[in-house]
Amino acid sequence: MTAIATTSAAAEAPATARRMTPARATRHALTLAWRALVRIRRNPEQLLDVTLQPIVFVTLFVFLFGGSIRGLDRHGYLQYVLPGITVLTVVFASMGTGIGLNTDLTKGIFDRFRSMPIARSAPLTGTILGDFFRYVVSIAIVFAYGSLLGFRIATNPVFALGAVVLMFVFGFAVGWIWVLLGLYVKSPQSLQGFGFIVMFPLTFGSNVFVQTSTLPGWLQAWVKINPVTALSEATRGLVLGGPIAGAAWQAIAWSIAITLVFAPIAVRRYRRVG
Amino acid sequence: MSFAIEAAGLVKRFGKTLAVNEVDLAVSQGKVLGLLGPNGAGKTTVVRMLATLLRPDAGHATVCGADIVRQADRVRELIGLTGQYAAVDEDLTGFENLLLIGRLLEIPKPEAKRRSQELLERFDLADAGGRSVKTYSGGMRRRLDLAASLVQRPEVLFLDEPTTGLDPRSRGEVWAMIRELVAEGTTVLLTTQYLDEADRLANEIAVVDHGRVIATGTSAELKAKIGRQTLDVRPADPADLEVVSQIIAAAAGVPPASTEEDPGLLSVAVDEPQVMPAVVARLEADQIEVTEMALRLASLDEVFMALTGYTTEDGDR
Repeated sequence: MTAIATTSAAAEAPATARRMTPARATRHALTLAWRALVRIRRNPEQLLDVTLQPIVFVTLFVFLFGGSIRGLDRHGYLQYVLPGITVLTVVFASMGTGIGLNTDLTKGIFDRFRSMPIARSAPLTGTILGDFFRYVVSIAIVFAYGSLLGFRIATNPVFALGAVVLMFVFGFAVGWIWVLLGLYVKSPQSLQGFGFIVMFPLTFGSNVFVQTSTLPGWLQAWVKINPVTALSEATRGLVLGGPIAGAAWQAIAWSIAITLVFAPIAVRRYRRVG
Repeated sequence: MSFAIEAAGLVKRFGKTLAVNEVDLAVSQGKVLGLLGPNGAGKTTVVRMLATLLRPDAGHATVCGADIVRQADRVRELIGLTGQYAAVDEDLTGFENLLLIGRLLEIPKPEAKRRSQELLERFDLADAGGRSVKTYSGGMRRRLDLAASLVQRPEVLFLDEPTTGLDPRSRGEVWAMIRELVAEGTTVLLTTQYLDEADRLANEIAVVDHGRVIATGTSAELKAKIGRQTLDVRPADPADLEVVSQIIAAAAGVPPASTEEDPGLLSVAVDEPQVMPAVVARLEADQIEVTEMALRLASLDEVFMALTGYTTEDGDR
């Protein structure tokens, strides 16, 4: 092959790439979150799990257990369990992040993103942020259906909003675990199978449904350190009144810790996906 | 800077498999290099390394002077990539797909919209721009994919099997669009398992097999490298195939071959000028009628066969 000296337009272009700043990375992530929203608008059936599942949960638990919990009547139990079920649906909905990501990976579109001059973390952060809309839907459904059954917020709207924000923070953090799993497993189906093994101890092994004091000692030990317990206690406090700060800080600390551990591993793994 | 793409000693292993083994490439600005080889030859792996999707295990490469490992971010600002399967979002419309890419590139919204519309028109997708990509045909998806890699006006375009799986008409359309881009000065690295595609689009061809470049040159140079001509003979009566085959074998020294698609045509590589007259004389003597007889330069298919020992069709090993 003979070398033909040519002047390239690129030769006059700067030799170094534009610097990646947090502002640029956020812009990229938000653009990709927009994509997720458009997709939900096109396929509203994607919202089925975050709309029907909470209704099934609330109905089942309030009417199945509501009469048999000592010291609480059905309405009392509704007040107790509803904030926890909200947390639960957010945690369940977060699994969709990993499934969506895994589905995307098997198509070519992530190759396109990875070959573009955008922040490495953007496709992952964008996927998680895009799922916030699902959280909003599930939280709204739980509260709406709950109030039909007689649930009442005992504090004020600002505190209730605080609870929602807290759930967002936790959902964002847990989203990274699903992103990491989504990057590792071969198919969305295996993620689902694996997901439930993680999900059940995390959600049902908490104080969402029953008070910690009613449990055997070994289970109490787990329930007390379970981040879902902290989050549901904080949510309960914010919605019904009572102590908030301790549980809320614990939930925030958990969220930060989970993000700090899983986000860098996920981004590293994502860079290596070949 | 003399080359838009330059690679030296690129190596990539997947476990124990050596997918790419010491590949050297050089593509001048505004030219098209065709990487030609069967499935599994390592073509895609080369492209993925050059497009910064994979890190090479050894060797180095530059795109417009930027190192693909140390200056990967710079490389990403210079390239466009169209993969083997259309990398577009099925749930979005054609317009939204292009807008998404434009917005990711931080092009201001009004300009990104204008650019998306312009690309849709250029790729004959203006009417379908508002429809979800799910409803697109294979050819339309591929064209949208190509359009998406052009939003940033790349200096270098990587096309990984751009027409695999397309019907002949869509292939022709994609070819025409690639030619247009090259005419505007874009450098293209194209992988293909179709010899005619490499023949028609590429200025230079690098034949890749088992992770190595086994030959490079223009299509004419590659044909000349084999240095042989091919004799084609088609007996009028298929019943004569056996005896004609023996006549050719006697004259050329090797038995002729026929292809599965065209079992009635016997072909043989010939080195000596007297083979054809000898075959003609024997056919006349035996009073065997033929409907076709021609001496021609080897096709790229035959060149490939000669270089690798097998045809592109049985490349799935």
